[in-house]
Amino acid sequence: MIRTALLVFKKDLRIEMRSRVLLWQVLPFGVMALLLCGIALGPSRAGNSSAGPGLFYLVTLLVALLMINRSQSVDKTPGTKASVATLGLDPAGVFLGKSLALAIELWATGIILLGGSVVILHTSLHGAILALPSVVVTLAALAVAGTLYGALTSGGDGAATLLPVLALPAFAPLLIAGERSFSAALNHGGIWRWWLILSVALSVYTAIGILLYGVLEES
Amino acid sequence: MTNAVTPTVDLHNAVVLSGGFPLLSGVDLQLLPSSLTVITGANGAGKTSLLRLLAGLVPLSEGSGTVAGVDLANGDLRELRRRVGWLGHEGSFYDDLTVRENLTFAAKALERPLIEIERALQRVGLSNRIDTVTKKLSAGQRRRLGLSWLLIRRPEIWLLDEPYASLDDEARTFFDALITDILRSGATVVISAHDKLKSEALQPRTIVLGGGRIVSES
Repeated sequence: MIRTALLVFKKDLRIEMRSRVLLWQVLPFGVMALLLCGIALGPSRAGNSSAGPGLFYLVTLLVALLMINRSQSVDKTPGTKASVATLGLDPAGVFLGKSLALAIELWATGIILLGGSVVILHTSLHGAILALPSVVVTLAALAVAGTLYGALTSGGDGAATLLPVLALPAFAPLLIAGERSFSAALNHGGIWRWWLILSVALSVYTAIGILLYGVLEES
Repeated sequence: MTNAVTPTVDLHNAVVLSGGFPLLSGVDLQLLPSSLTVITGANGAGKTSLLRLLAGLVPLSEGSGTVAGVDLANGDLRELRRRVGWLGHEGSFYDDLTVRENLTFAAKALERPLIEIERALQRVGLSNRIDTVTKKLSAGQRRRLGLSWLLIRRPEIWLLDEPYASLDDEARTFFDALITDILRSGATVVISAHDKLKSEALQPRTIVLGGGRIVSES
């Protein structure tokens, strides 16, 4: 399982580095969305608003949906899907590898968007740094849950539409816990309770993915 | 006393349904090791569906059958997939990876030594494009890459979905020679094509499909 996970992880990251979809399509979209949020708040309210963490996670969610669809689509062209199926890869390993590659891409994006929140939304730099551990776990949990739901929706024609609809119940608690911990960090509150909740969610989604990814691929 | 050869493919009244619509209806088929079979028929006749059934990529809805010793109705289709090689007409690899990276992925997944990559590429005449990104290859070169992927896999059954499409005469001759070698090694080769094979080197059994059924055989 670990060998397959490393193989798939390296393959997905190599495809991303060569195609640069994240760099040239997803990141500019995320920064633009963050900029629009800043404009919507207005220059006088941006610094004083408590909406910063929520807007950060709203933009992160939009970016994550694009990245999840992209992560699944590289394996789902008809010829590639059939050929890779005949390699007999361990589905649990494929799930872990794809989740880890997606998590790294989300972490890279998250750090840039976090910096963008400081610059555009005037979120406190100190608070953003304090929130980093919970942001890392939230994005990892989004990557794991996203890989699971991405596999569920990628077989159909309307994957881009189905994914947010089906995944929202799974994503919503993660986003709420992430936003709460980010807000707690900005207000010098304790973030570790939220961090613990997010870590448990990450573990649960990982366990479900390891057990069910093969079934989802077959369906 | 006779030595009966066990068929690699043995289908009885095989039916494949998709959303209630029959893609294959009552197909009986036996294929022996070292045999070459060409499946022909019009668009929608069921050629690709039959190949996908043999590859374990779609489940058997009714009837019975075994492929490479695996029971299609109750057996482990993942195990079957490990025993067959599939070359689809759409392309079989990651377009954003180079030839070397695609084949390294396959070799590592199958736990084959990496030296086999160079051997396979030499055999299909693609050594000079080893560091080319796959999406920059021509149609013929992509077919050769697909074949090298299968040479590394060494499957018991080769399932080639329209492998001659958009190939020039030189590439067709090369394909014929390679298939002859594969047959000598004892593997079973099944090819889907729109028309009968126009090859002097190969003498295949030809099965014509129509409406998901075997219409004729020669």
